Amino acid sequence: MNAQRPAAVTPVELEDIQGILRFGYKHHKEACFLLLRIKDAGAARAWLAQAPVTSAVTADPPPQTVLQVAFTSEGLRAMGVAADIIDGFSSEFIEGMSRDADRVRRLGDVGPNDPGHWQWGAGQRVPHVLVLLYAVPGRLGEWRQAIEAQCDAGFEQLACLPVSDMQGVEPFGFVDGISQPEIDWARQRPARDQDQLAYTNLSCLGEFLLGYPNEYGLYTDRPLLATHRDSGGMLSRAEDNPDKADLGRNGSYLVMRQLRQDVQGFWQFLHQQAGGDPALRQRWAEAMVGRTLRGEPLVGGTSKVIAGDAAAPASELNDFTYGSDPQGIRCPLGAHIRRTNPRNADLPPGGPGIVSWLKRMLGFDAEALSQDLVASTRFHRLLRRGRDYGAQVSMAQALADTPIGSESGLYFICLNANIARQFEFVQSAWVIGTKFDGLRNESDPLLGNRQAGADGTPTDVFSMPRTDAPDERLCGLPQFVTVHGGAYFFLPGIRALRYLAASR
Amino acid sequence: MTPQSQFMVVAPVANGREAGLRGLLETMNSAPGAADPENAVLPFGRFDRLHFARLVVLDDATVADLETGGSPRPGHPVYLAFIGDCDGPLQEFMADLSRRAGDGLRKLFAHCEGFDAGSEVLSWMLAHNEPAAANYVNWIGRTVLQVRQESALQRVLSARVPRNALTSGGDVQRIRRDLIALVDTELRAGRLALTAPEPTPPGWWIANLLHAIAVPLAGLVALPLVIVLMPLLIFQLRKREINDPEICPRPRPDAMQELRQLEDRDVTNQFTALGPVKPGLFRRWLVTVLLVLIDYACRHVFTRGHLARVQTIHFARWVFLDNKSRVMFASNYDGGHEAYMDDFINKVAWGLNLVFSNGIGYPRTDWLVARGARREQCFKYYQRRHQLPTQVWYKAYPGLTLIDIEHNQRIREGLQREEMSDAEALAWLKLL
Repeated sequence: MNAQRPAAVTPVELEDIQGILRFGYKHHKEACFLLLRIKDAGAARAWLAQAPVTSAVTADPPPQTVLQVAFTSEGLRAMGVAADIIDGFSSEFIEGMSRDADRVRRLGDVGPNDPGHWQWGAGQRVPHVLVLLYAVPGRLGEWRQAIEAQCDAGFEQLACLPVSDMQGVEPFGFVDGISQPEIDWARQRPARDQDQLAYTNLSCLGEFLLGYPNEYGLYTDRPLLATHRDSGGMLSRAEDNPDKADLGRNGSYLVMRQLRQDVQGFWQFLHQQAGGDPALRQRWAEAMVGRTLRGEPLVGGTSKVIAGDAAAPASELNDFTYGSDPQGIRCPLGAHIRRTNPRNADLPPGGPGIVSWLKRMLGFDAEALSQDLVASTRFHRLLRRGRDYGAQVSMAQALADTPIGSESGLYFICLNANIARQFEFVQSAWVIGTKFDGLRNESDPLLGNRQAGADGTPTDVFSMPRTDAPDERLCGLPQFVTVHGGAYFFLPGIRALRYLAASR
Repeated sequence: MTPQSQFMVVAPVANGREAGLRGLLETMNSAPGAADPENAVLPFGRFDRLHFARLVVLDDATVADLETGGSPRPGHPVYLAFIGDCDGPLQEFMADLSRRAGDGLRKLFAHCEGFDAGSEVLSWMLAHNEPAAANYVNWIGRTVLQVRQESALQRVLSARVPRNALTSGGDVQRIRRDLIALVDTELRAGRLALTAPEPTPPGWWIANLLHAIAVPLAGLVALPLVIVLMPLLIFQLRKREINDPEICPRPRPDAMQELRQLEDRDVTNQFTALGPVKPGLFRRWLVTVLLVLIDYACRHVFTRGHLARVQTIHFARWVFLDNKSRVMFASNYDGGHEAYMDDFINKVAWGLNLVFSNGIGYPRTDWLVARGARREQCFKYYQRRHQLPTQVWYKAYPGLTLIDIEHNQRIREGLQREEMSDAEALAWLKLL
């Protein structure tokens, strides 16, 4: 466990990695997610042994259809994977998202978010296998039929989650999916433990892929098998432990949550608060998000170059930090995008030289200390692959008195190598944390569950700092987003998938 | 200023009484691990000088780790520890406690060895009080009364401050005057109180000054010897750092479950951990000296809101047990456990390594400060494995973090300032 990296860096085996780690499949505008339960383990394994999984290799032309597959820990058990192999996965994955009441509480899944109300992901409705299907326009129907026919013998379908194409805009009306970490596919970043004194968007492979060094320069725990359990040599050997077969290599954990968005509730609340003023309504909505409807960051761009950002497709929308706005005047401290990615370095900013460094290290620089409540963003990044669902709601519909009648929302999907340090930390400490970055009693303006604190203090507030007056405040925020399902999955490398299908 | 005191009454649990004790402790809670402030055994909430308190059964399975190094496994008893932080002199607080909660205390300590019906609670507690080797207080001199009064003040002011955009400096001053008048009304009506701080006890002040001088003096005296011995000490350290075994298996799921169910019921959490010091005189002396230095830094340097970069620890202590063969660490911190570990690993790994690398099985360090806690997963397993469930935990001001408390303190200070420039008055209004 956690040994230092080997001297020679091996290239990344793109052909062994599921494509979703590298691609968002933006051109595959049609998609649906199958939640399956295994009814015949033998038939399920037989299908998984040859399921047409798309790899991360760049194909030209791109594939018309894509299939990705992931398992819950229940799914691995139902397949007959040995218990000691499953024990090698992280405890979050083993325990699952909904089973442990303390995890549920930590993730804010209480009140209306309680797993007892979920459509899937709790109790008997925990899926075993997640199959993600993507297709270019017009091709999903037959693709889904073909896969469902193949799956029929081994699985029963718990749900088929249909995805809507909202042209890059999420149901509330904001351009979405702009900020993503850039993965160091070339393994250029030295895998060693070293403070990063500037925010970087470039992440070590090991933050998202098991079997590679993470931001600490170490290997995240994963199932490593004695080589006799891989006598066919299906798996690669662990980089940090060449005597073991690495079942985690090229795999990742996939977190999925179905987030229902109350579009009418959102806009009507703001409309009322703003006394019907459309400009004010929009300004507040944008303050909550931290971006304009079109995606421009409220904090403005930066003149500094951010590592790992230059090649990004929308770098002009992503090339910024909050360094120039420590008080949250332009982008409120509690804005959604500031909570989910505070974009800071390992040490708060300060002058050059060892004296300044020492003062900041020991906390004797008051200015730096005040900006140090949240630090080291690089250990808490998420690779997001979510898709929207339901009908797109126009502003007129959102403000109309008649209920829309259908549900819209987001299938939040993220990939990470350490669920506790990445997804769960971001969700519990940053998103629903009512004291995030020194704020008093407020959680994420979009995602917050508005549950009162231990002392009964309400948390349904959103504050917007100003230069020349006390914070502007919105009070009595209703809950806009409700969790309707969720699970932790293991998204294996392709060889690991075949191994799991073959092993018993 | 009223300085804070700490206590840790610790005694072995009598044979066959542990289950009964655990049962009794459970009756004191309103949620797992969270004390009911009005519980029948020890109504913590009635003691308005008490910041934090906990009752914890110290039973450490990791002493077995000593056997990996070939050392014999000592037979430590299971202890009951009653730990707390209070305002003013310890004797006074303990006397008050035993006067008003004597029956409950007697009921608790009746489960301990050496306590019988005839024992006098106060003297027994004082006799069993284990002083900390190092102790940290986030803000020396800030009392429970002050925290509560200033929180009430903040609530009144924040609810009343106008939140529309201001136009001129005159507005700012007028609003400030109005708010000051509002507070005066509330004070006169008895709905708010702002008790003036008490004078610092001269005895404490003198003792603190002497301590501030004595430790560096002792260091100066020892310096020549340390310099002469330095090559040997470095050799001894490096030899051990390279050879000491690392014992960081993943903690058992049921043990994790037991710890987690006690957490995140308030914005502040407790942490209690216990582990054996590595055998041999070298580590024992090293950790003793380092704890003297840490205690010194906590007492004289980090007295105002932060321990190095960490601004989330209310109170913390390191205590030697069993003739310095074990160290207990207990703290009260803001935020969740994962965030606490994040602070430890990303902000002050070097500081943790200094002390805890002298514990059996700690992740390998280099030169006492490098690596160690930075070996993230090893460290997280290590600390969870050494953590003990805190059966009963009390906090006097639920819902408030240190940032809130410091914020409220600045609001009060600003309120009581005679004159403010327009800019200062605006900065003050923005605190609300």
